[in-house]
Amino acid sequence: MDPCKLTISQLRTAYKAGELTPKDAVQSLAAAIEAKDGDLGGYLSHDLDSALAEAETADPSLPLGGVPIAIKDLINVKGQPCSCASKILAGKYTSPYDATVITRLREAGAIPFGRTNMDEFAMGSSNENSGIQPAKNPWDPTRIPGGSSGGSALVVAADTAIAALGSDTGGSIRQPASHCGCVGLKPTYGRVSRYGLVAFASSLDQIGPITKTVKDSALLLRAIAGHDRFDSTSVNQEVPNYLSGLTGDVKGLKIGLPKEYFAEGLDAGVRQAVEKAIAQLEAAGAETVEISLPHTEYALAVYYIIAPAEASANLARFDGVRYGHRAENPTDLLDHYRRSREEGFGDEVKRRIILGTYVLSSGYHDAYYVQAQKVRTRIREDFTEAFKKVDVIASPVCPTPAFKIGDRSDDPLQMYLADIYTLAANLSGVCGISVPCGLVNTEGTPLPVGLQLLGKAFGEGDILRAAHAYEQAVNWRDLIY
Amino acid sequence: MTKTRYLVSIGLEVHVQLKTESKMFCACPVQFGEPPNSLTCPVCLGLPGSLPVLNRGAIEKTIQAGMMLGCETPPLVKWDRKNYFYPDMPKNYQISQFDLPLCLGGGVPLYELAYPKDAQKDIAHPGKVVTLTRIHLEEDVAKSTHHESFSTIDFNRAGTPLMEIVSEPEIETPEEAVAYLNSLRQILVYGGLSDADMEKGQMRCDVNVSVRPDGQTELGSKIELKNLNSVSGVRRALAYEIERQIEAVENGEKLIQSTRRWDDDLGETFLMRTKEEAHDYRYFPDPDLLPVQTEDMVAKMRSTVPELPHEKRARFVEAYGVSDYDASVLASEQALADYYEKAANGAKDTKKVANWVINNLLSALNDASLTIQDCPVAPEKLRDLINLVESGQVNNNQAKEVFTLLFESPDKSPAAIAKERGFEPADDSEVEGFCDQVIADNPDKVAEIQAGNDKLINWLTGQVMKASKGKANPKAVGDILKAKIGG
Repeated sequence: MDPCKLTISQLRTAYKAGELTPKDAVQSLAAAIEAKDGDLGGYLSHDLDSALAEAETADPSLPLGGVPIAIKDLINVKGQPCSCASKILAGKYTSPYDATVITRLREAGAIPFGRTNMDEFAMGSSNENSGIQPAKNPWDPTRIPGGSSGGSALVVAADTAIAALGSDTGGSIRQPASHCGCVGLKPTYGRVSRYGLVAFASSLDQIGPITKTVKDSALLLRAIAGHDRFDSTSVNQEVPNYLSGLTGDVKGLKIGLPKEYFAEGLDAGVRQAVEKAIAQLEAAGAETVEISLPHTEYALAVYYIIAPAEASANLARFDGVRYGHRAENPTDLLDHYRRSREEGFGDEVKRRIILGTYVLSSGYHDAYYVQAQKVRTRIREDFTEAFKKVDVIASPVCPTPAFKIGDRSDDPLQMYLADIYTLAANLSGVCGISVPCGLVNTEGTPLPVGLQLLGKAFGEGDILRAAHAYEQAVNWRDLIY
Repeated sequence: MTKTRYLVSIGLEVHVQLKTESKMFCACPVQFGEPPNSLTCPVCLGLPGSLPVLNRGAIEKTIQAGMMLGCETPPLVKWDRKNYFYPDMPKNYQISQFDLPLCLGGGVPLYELAYPKDAQKDIAHPGKVVTLTRIHLEEDVAKSTHHESFSTIDFNRAGTPLMEIVSEPEIETPEEAVAYLNSLRQILVYGGLSDADMEKGQMRCDVNVSVRPDGQTELGSKIELKNLNSVSGVRRALAYEIERQIEAVENGEKLIQSTRRWDDDLGETFLMRTKEEAHDYRYFPDPDLLPVQTEDMVAKMRSTVPELPHEKRARFVEAYGVSDYDASVLASEQALADYYEKAANGAKDTKKVANWVINNLLSALNDASLTIQDCPVAPEKLRDLINLVESGQVNNNQAKEVFTLLFESPDKSPAAIAKERGFEPADDSEVEGFCDQVIADNPDKVAEIQAGNDKLINWLTGQVMKASKGKANPKAVGDILKAKIGG
């Protein structure tokens, strides 16, 4: 039995049956990383010794006892590097503390193992913005794995991880999960503590699981969710037992189909796969109804004002004074700041810092930032209205399957369109899941695509139930479009 | 040629460290004198991934400060990020309050004793109250120390709750600025909100000052002064800057909005930057912190607002019959006022108690380099001593001696010390004998008294006191003499 190919639940069963030990799992993963990851670039680092030490004392009776979990390289794990795939931190920073999600994973018995590649500071949709190394899609290594949690998605897809944590600011969990054929869940804003997650856009960021199955997603979410007194934006609301809701039954579930999400620009194969998946849910007893999210067309613009504005302040701390990259022989303080940041940050990060600084500047602040906040409220109201009528909203995750590495790197705007269906969930704070719904033949290569199910605030139970029912009803690897 | 008169407008921005257990956004303790960077955590070091959590105690204390200064607290307040790069600011943005601060309006009453000593006789606007614009709550920055070729930073101070108290430009002289700072400090110390010691950096202030010719309504160009590290420094810097600005205007120079640095050693201000070079702080609401509804906290703090110095002063005049000046001195410090009230409780003459506290007690404390908090003599014992004088057990001079001994041996009772020293009232019959003797020896004085010159009674009393070697009670002697001469 190769532990790498197992899901969390399968691994736990194997532990309980005495067929495998946590040490076996860690060692097998290390071997798999050694064998496969050099080409795929999913991991930035891993600490085998500390993982083996934790495996020795792991308690398999706990909900995630002895299960290794790969961690996106912007979530702090004490004693481990946390580079955010940026030259400004790589090799120059070791976390002195555990993020709250890591504390919770440890309490559930899990072993944080491996730091996954990503777009630098989570800024990107293809992982091409990693400041450390390229990441490739296991289905076709000439293609992007998606981003920004590209590493987390590809290691799960390539069986070099059992499951992973990513973060989602505009689609950064759902989109790479869709491109790699994994399940990716972005929780409701406030469901999971952000303490210890290096912030990109604080009002949009959420940590969530990337897994092989919906059940694993439910398991992992249950372990990390819940109120945290170290994060004022985390909400004090009980965490339901998501697993008990995975009945396979969607009878009477009302699914909204936003007409704006099935308009032009959507790849024909992706459309076919998603429509077929929705039909499958209907056949299982769900009702579908067309809905409208009228402010959809503004979401991209609003996102690219608010996210960079927050990022421009969040990334100000990387100045080489206390940690991270520091320019040599600065002539004065300004030169120190200027060169340390110029040398440390990549182009996309610089682009967004400049964008954010601009929209907050005196004279432009009201026209951009304030206006964007007003439109954001409208977008949120769209979802509030929609969820009065339906339980979940179904749509594609991404307009196209994974594109070729290098295809869009010269055109930021084209790149930003990759998140067109995902970022409204972050702006409105609702939850969303991407579940694989088939393969689309693209230039001769079958590439996975995902179905996105959005749920109301704290409606993770609804989207997990619907995604699980769909997953159980089909074998998505056999659905080729 | 008549000389142009100039009007001066001064506004103050005062930063005050709040006396809280923990920092503004983390659980690190607020303490001074600990080893550098020992009171830090990921939050106050601004490490990647850390998040701030509001300190409710600091919000409540700021609301209380606002209540003591007559401010309004809006029902909803929020915190914003103020963006600028500086090594003492670990996140390179400061969490502050921009458009929804904790306190609006209010004012600082300028107390007479808060003016510089040499200016107290000539106060232009007695009872002046300087209007406040706002008070907001933010985090303090770290402390930088600059060495010859490098600088060091101590983050122990980073994240200490800091109130910024902003006044309207209603202050007209350097002396009023001094009175403003001292009065403000007195009120904040009264509330137990801060020690507000400028020399210790617990209270820091920037001032802005402009001049304009009398008759002009529009304010002159606002010039901000920085690096003012003491109250006396504020006074000297303002005096210098006002003179400099007037001279510049007289020379036909056009003043421009700018920031200048005060050099305390040279006694001059130097240009730092002009308006064009001013920071754009790019404020926006901190997405890590939710807006706060203040209603419950306002209701809670209302019951904790202490009596203000000027309210206490008025009550002392009313309740204890002391003079305005004595009441001001006694009310100048909460601990002193408390001491006085304890000593006056059960005293036969509360005015005498005030005299004793202000003259004898304070100078004894001063000589011993002690504060009222460390006063060895319990207020009840001081009252007992003064009551001994009132009841004629000891006279004034003896009481002073008892006080000196009491200061050294505070466990003893004043009566016991008086007894040890042999201070007992003279025997009644003996005193009467002295009185008869003095009357007999001074028939001419007695005749004058009988003719209506009452004042000579005091002279005769003095003779009796001398004869009794100071042991007699002068009041009793006076009564006996009056009875004998009048009868």
